[in-house]
Amino acid sequence: MCDTCGCGDHDLVPIEIHQSLLAQNDRIAGHNREHFTEHGVLALNIMGSPGSGKTALLEATARSPLGGRRILAVSGDLATDHDAQRLSAAGIESRAITTGTACHLDAKLVHEALHQMEWWRADLLFIENVGNLVCPAIYDLGQAANVVVLSVTEGEDKPLKYPVMFRKADLVVVSKIDLLPHLPHVSCSRLHDALARTMPAPRVLEVSAVTGQGIEEWIAWLEAARARLSAPSRAGHHQPHSHGRE
Amino acid sequence: MHEYSLVLSLLEHVAAQAAAHPGASVRRVEVRIGEQAGVVVEQFATAFELARRDTVAAEAELVLERVPARWACPGCAREIPSGDRLACPDCGDPAHLVAGDELYLMRLELEVT
Repeated sequence: MCDTCGCGDHDLVPIEIHQSLLAQNDRIAGHNREHFTEHGVLALNIMGSPGSGKTALLEATARSPLGGRRILAVSGDLATDHDAQRLSAAGIESRAITTGTACHLDAKLVHEALHQMEWWRADLLFIENVGNLVCPAIYDLGQAANVVVLSVTEGEDKPLKYPVMFRKADLVVVSKIDLLPHLPHVSCSRLHDALARTMPAPRVLEVSAVTGQGIEEWIAWLEAARARLSAPSRAGHHQPHSHGRE
Repeated sequence: MHEYSLVLSLLEHVAAQAAAHPGASVRRVEVRIGEQAGVVVEQFATAFELARRDTVAAEAELVLERVPARWACPGCAREIPSGDRLACPDCGDPAHLVAGDELYLMRLELEVT
């Protein structure tokens, strides 16, 4: 009761908080990132619409000279393990993360999937996110970089419609570039202009997983990203550990 | 619709705060959401209506503070309007997002009997 004037009102207690709603995810993502850095694993969060060609890009990577590196993948979908099967067939050891109704991967789902693999032996870990240009953008998974795959058939204004996804991208791979001759109304210059209005420092590669066009530049980007990883200590095995309050 | 899982996370924070005041009920929940936070405010509010039932915040008013995106040059601080190319016309430096990616529980009001 209000003790001040005896009016009978209940007391209102204000509490100032300023707490991020993503704090718990970001804590687990930080834990994942620590592991990747410690073991010199380049982890990439591969995002894009359903059907944009994420899996095809990874298959083409496995066929490239980079296939000599040890590549692992975790692959998120609402249902089926089709993508993980495709990647395994291409020579990329893969685990499916079946999210059920969830429209994105989060750091905890990735962490749980990693417990099923010897991820620390990888040079490169692809985290293939659920096909979606909205929800995956805000969830840090512990990756070194975000790669967004955008196919030429999706429309040049996609970056303007989904600005958060493209703002967070370190690299945009414009895929299915071999289809351009069949798409007279699609303009790559309009696409690049849209990217410049959503990405502060746009880095864009044009790629065809079918013809191999641009794959060499993609591999060079991957190798440069690997070289930027801080001096890895690859000795020893990943140790079992606890995760605090998870 | 990731807004629903964000609201569940919000309600966990709220319950944890309210637990320190036994018998209290939450009257007001203030959340700050930036234009570039990747959250649809209307869906967030709808998710809150559904998820607050049978929680300590069942009677709480949700107050959403929206923050517009603001871009500026990190070198010369020149503001770059949203929708423009995100490089400084003077220096050429990539623009920096100064505000608009916030997603915070800011404040609660509890009613203590």
